[in-house]
Amino acid sequence: MVDNNTIISIRDVVKRFGSTVVAVNDVSLEIKQGEFFALLGPSGCGKTTLLRMLAGFESPTEGQILIDGEHMEGVEPNKRPVNMVFQSYAVFPHMTVHQNVAYGLKVTGTPKSEIDDRVRESLSLVQLEAMAARKPDQLSGGQRQRVALARALVKKPKVLLLDEPLSALDAKLREQMQIELVHLQKSVGITFVIVTHDQNEALSMADRIAVMEQGDVLQVAPPSELYEYPNCRFVADFIGKMNLFDGTVAGIKDGKVLIRVDEFADQLSNLVLPHNEHAKGEVGIAVRPEKIRLDENEPEDQQVRLKVKVTEVVYYGDESHLFLESTGGARFAANLKNEARDTHAEIVSGKELWVSWRPEDTLVLSS
Amino acid sequence: MSRDRVNPLDYSRKTWMRLCMGFTFVFLYFPIVSLIAFSFNDSKRNITWQGFTLYYYEKAFANAQLHEAFLNSLIIAATSTTVSTILGAMLGLSLYRFRFPAQGPYEGMVHLPIVIPEICMAVAMVAFFATVNMPLGLATITVSHIAFSIPFVAVVIRARMAGFDHALEEASYDLGASQWQTFWNITFPYMKPGLLAGALLAFTLSLDDFVITFFTSGPGSTTFPIKIYSMVRFSVTPEVNAASTVLIVLTLALTMVALFVQSRSQGNQHG
Repeated sequence: MVDNNTIISIRDVVKRFGSTVVAVNDVSLEIKQGEFFALLGPSGCGKTTLLRMLAGFESPTEGQILIDGEHMEGVEPNKRPVNMVFQSYAVFPHMTVHQNVAYGLKVTGTPKSEIDDRVRESLSLVQLEAMAARKPDQLSGGQRQRVALARALVKKPKVLLLDEPLSALDAKLREQMQIELVHLQKSVGITFVIVTHDQNEALSMADRIAVMEQGDVLQVAPPSELYEYPNCRFVADFIGKMNLFDGTVAGIKDGKVLIRVDEFADQLSNLVLPHNEHAKGEVGIAVRPEKIRLDENEPEDQQVRLKVKVTEVVYYGDESHLFLESTGGARFAANLKNEARDTHAEIVSGKELWVSWRPEDTLVLSS
Repeated sequence: MSRDRVNPLDYSRKTWMRLCMGFTFVFLYFPIVSLIAFSFNDSKRNITWQGFTLYYYEKAFANAQLHEAFLNSLIIAATSTTVSTILGAMLGLSLYRFRFPAQGPYEGMVHLPIVIPEICMAVAMVAFFATVNMPLGLATITVSHIAFSIPFVAVVIRARMAGFDHALEEASYDLGASQWQTFWNITFPYMKPGLLAGALLAFTLSLDDFVITFFTSGPGSTTFPIKIYSMVRFSVTPEVNAASTVLIVLTLALTMVALFVQSRSQGNQHG
């Protein structure tokens, strides 16, 4: 069943190259109309292949892709209601900005009067009206990217596909473009599907994110859910930073789960955590660095607390990242906000501290 | 005041390097310069300088046989350039674009005519024309020229396409253009400097080819280089020098035009 809200429906799609390489392994996804959707994963996870299948440059070995309710099998890229922004931007070097944006309308026989209006409208959307007569080699990287955006948007596609659109920009510009892309998407109301390996990019821009690894989609969720409730070790580790430990469920008592972690055992016989359905047998125990509280004296009020030694301090200005090790061999990463000018000076390697965190901030991941 | 120190990489400011460069220039250009100079020599035997004259230019221009040979050369060069540029471009493009079984060996075979000695190719051509019963003449010369020009054009196009961003074609296709539109609007403009360079190469190769032309020519199909050779066999008169100088000037002019067009289109291409 296709509900009216679904614009892209990927059903049991498998893509094999040759007989051995499986790029996309039985993926099913529904992308909603007007959504900013991100495919996130390390390089070689199949995210770009999936995007290219949506654009029509690759065809699925098995399974189906529906765009706006229509089967895309055998539909050539030039006949699909989607447009793509390429990683290299692929702005035509021998055409002016105006000609670039007009190209997609010209080749499909749009009347001349209409072309000019739509090109102007599209260029104003990306604030490039003043550059219409320029050639791509007279533009900066960010401006070329805007041309690529305007060129795709002028076609009024049902879905805009973006392949690592920000990877070639420097850090400052990238952050600015992230914000602009989100504004642009909300103002035109077109569904965006973006491929990225940068988790910050995905978290800050997307409405929903699909995390892929080795051809599989591991989790599809909104950014905050993905960050706070990852469903497996890979997602927990890939998104943000994570302190991960191996644990064993020791028992259940008064609706609480008791988990034994070998590295904590010398100080803490069992972690007592709220009930969790994953808590069976061998589990992964995870806690985010920023959830860890640091104290110089033993925090008596905290149930989960461990005495640790600072092994390394990495100074970032606003924060310092501390690497800590307990007597039982548990290694932690924790963040220290440099709230006062001399905060960082007090924390040096070898200093003894206490780490603690709230039991409900602990993630239990099934292994 | 001390002299500027010579930096380790300032080779152009080192005496031995300058000497080397000067020697190379003399070695390369002395024969050509002397050839041109002696075309103005007022002497039949053309061994010692006797005085300035334009007489031999007049004589060369009035030489009907030389005219005919030059016209033949132009016809052959124009035809073989057109055909070999089109075929070579298609070959270079497909070598760049497609992956097919035995591509490596195929590519090697395509480039073979560049490396095999011309004399072998000439004999092979003659043998081939004999088997298919094709009388030697302008047609056989042209076919041979096309055959040895194609790989050169293919190599130039292939090299040009190596810098091509395939995403440009995909972008065009994605924006609604057909494959045909994509080729003419996107790929072809990018290929143009390569096409020009390839065509120029094919033209000059054809214009001054001697060995293959000598073997595959028949009665009434004398080309310019062959005519000059037969003139030299009698004696090296300033007339030969004059005819050669005209050829040099012509080739230089063509090359300069090609370079000019190429540099302009490259200025537009690069991002």
